Amino acid sequence: MSETLAFKPETLDQVHKIMRRYPEGKQKSALIPVLHIAQKEFGGWLDVPVMDYVAEVLAIKPIEVYEVATFYTMFNMKPVGKYVLEVCRTGPCMVKGSEKILDHIRHTLNIKDGETTADGMFTLKPAECLGACGYAPMMQLGKFYHENLTIEKVDEILELCRQGQAILD
Amino acid sequence: MSKKLLLKDAHIEGIRHFDVYRQQGGYGAVEKALKMSPEEIVEEVKTSGLRGRGGAGFPTGLKWSFLAKPEGVARYLVVNADESEPGTFKDRYLMEFLPHLLIEGMIISSFALGANTGYIYIRGEYSWIPDILEEAIEEARANGFLGKDILGTGFDCEIYVQRGAGAYICGEETALLESLEGKRGNPRLKPPFPAVKGLWESPTVVNNVETIAAVVPIINITGSEYAKIGVGKSTGTKLISACGNINKPGVYEIDMTITVEEFIYSDEYCGGIPNGKKLKACIPGGSSVPVLPANLLLKTINGEPRLMNYESLADGGFATGTMMGSGGFEVLDEDQCIVEHTMTLARFYAHESCGQCTPCREGTPWMYKILKKINSGMGSMSDIDLLWDIQRKIEGNTICPLGDAAAWPVAAAIRHFRDEFEWHVNNPELCLAQNYGLARYADPIPAPAANA
Ligand SMILES: Cc1cc2nc3c(=O)[nH]c(=O)nc-3n(C[C@H](O)[C@H](O)[C@H](O)COP(=O)(O)O)c2cc1C
Ligand code: SF4
Ligand code: FES
Repeated sequence: MSETLAFKPETLDQVHKIMRRYPEGKQKSALIPVLHIAQKEFGGWLDVPVMDYVAEVLAIKPIEVYEVATFYTMFNMKPVGKYVLEVCRTGPCMVKGSEKILDHIRHTLNIKDGETTADGMFTLKPAECLGACGYAPMMQLGKFYHENLTIEKVDEILELCRQGQAILD
Repeated sequence: MSKKLLLKDAHIEGIRHFDVYRQQGGYGAVEKALKMSPEEIVEEVKTSGLRGRGGAGFPTGLKWSFLAKPEGVARYLVVNADESEPGTFKDRYLMEFLPHLLIEGMIISSFALGANTGYIYIRGEYSWIPDILEEAIEEARANGFLGKDILGTGFDCEIYVQRGAGAYICGEETALLESLEGKRGNPRLKPPFPAVKGLWESPTVVNNVETIAAVVPIINITGSEYAKIGVGKSTGTKLISACGNINKPGVYEIDMTITVEEFIYSDEYCGGIPNGKKLKACIPGGSSVPVLPANLLLKTINGEPRLMNYESLADGGFATGTMMGSGGFEVLDEDQCIVEHTMTLARFYAHESCGQCTPCREGTPWMYKILKKINSGMGSMSDIDLLWDIQRKIEGNTICPLGDAAAWPVAAAIRHFRDEFEWHVNNPELCLAQNYGLARYADPIPAPAANA
């Protein structure tokens, strides 16, 4: 991370727009939306300088950012791979075979839960119910859900990622 | 055919967009409501008998009438789109396919409550839906239904979408408000209730997505007509998200007079259980409500057919009944292992506890650990009793109902399937081999003959 950490101008506009959604003096409410933006813009995780910068932008104390960033599972506190595979494994997905999907990914990529492949491509993150229970098994990749997964579908998705063609956003 | 009030237009091409929605009569309810007084709207909602669709089933009109109205203080409407209860995916469906229905409901509800700003708090993982909602909001604004002086009535209304970031607890209304204020999702002690001190200490109403959407048909057909649909205190229609071992998973709108059996086996809904398997158990209202074995699910303890509504599902209390909850309906067939399933739920609650209360923070991971032990064949009989004791000590001893929500599934699993827990203790090798053959519930109910 360079010392001149800053949002791109258009991102900063977006941040200011979000801050205007709340009454005067309540700009702290923008914290979670802005952390999402920061995580996306600064490499997929929230390093301390990033959080300090967000605190500065919102004119709140750094500790207020740390305590929030560490509370929510979508914020990564350490580096992650380019592709984060979030596979749901709660009851309804388990019933439809999510463990098989997880096992397949663990084997194929040779990583354990929460780990990232050596080439920095993939992180496997088992997840709890993502609201796709009727279309199980499923995983989230970037902004989108991949549903009714089979081993073959998972392989296709991994291949698209390797070729840099998976749509994340 | 069930009466459809919410989803009737869901399959129309382009209904996501204002023009198509408007052609189907959309925003007619706003036009009608803005000619009424706010009190009249609240009265209609009261008359309708609408109950909160977020899980607790509290009467919406009554909740609205509690809203404090001090002079010169802003009021807020917050829509709860956190939808994280395992088994539940109905609000997602509504927002993805009918965003304008939610926006329309919010405009009417805001007017009734005297709120000029509304927030939709949506779970962070639904990250493509805010785009859909924001597009709908822009369309509504461009057509004069949002912004300043709506339809020349002098009423101003703005709606914003706020994303969460992965925390089930933020579905609890006070945790949601904390999160919306940019804090950790720690539930607040009540009182004060949000109706008095909510968002930024201002009077606030928090309602579920489906609840607010239901306000639209209530205004369109009137509260008294709405109240005629359904039975008893279960008025109107309810969205059910069906999942698990069924042929046709998905989101269904039901009127609350059909039987559970019809819902599971008829082709209009779940379409029965795949591969001719037998029904073993069901969690009919999201992971927090008690699981029921097939026999108690299909018939109440008095032998009456159980219906898909608040009263009938709860008939018998927790001894022999369950709850309507959020409408997350999960079916388990004869091959499913109750111990393993309960273990995944315990892991979920342990993961989601905010950590403020000792019984919940310590008890939920402890339950998960014991369940994992039993599931892998390393449990003892005393572990089953210990599990029972822990859940008893969590229930009722916490700030928010997540503690109860974590305790109930464990309690119900032991209550109804103790033999299966004991089987795990007695057959450690089979557990390790993941062979649950013998764990099948002793007496699953066969599929009814009229399987259509
Ligand atoms: C742990 C927990 C999670 C909850 N999650 C949700 C949720 O995701 N969506 C929801 O509408 N209500 C949820 N609720 C219920 C809310 O606290 C609140 O009762 C509801 O939003 C009120 O809306 P309603 O009256 O329209 O149902 C949850 C409650 C608890 C205790
Ligand atoms: S019951 Fe659990 S989730 Fe609720 S406030 Fe207490 S610790 Fe937090
Ligand atoms: S259990 Fe996996 S999406 Fe709900």
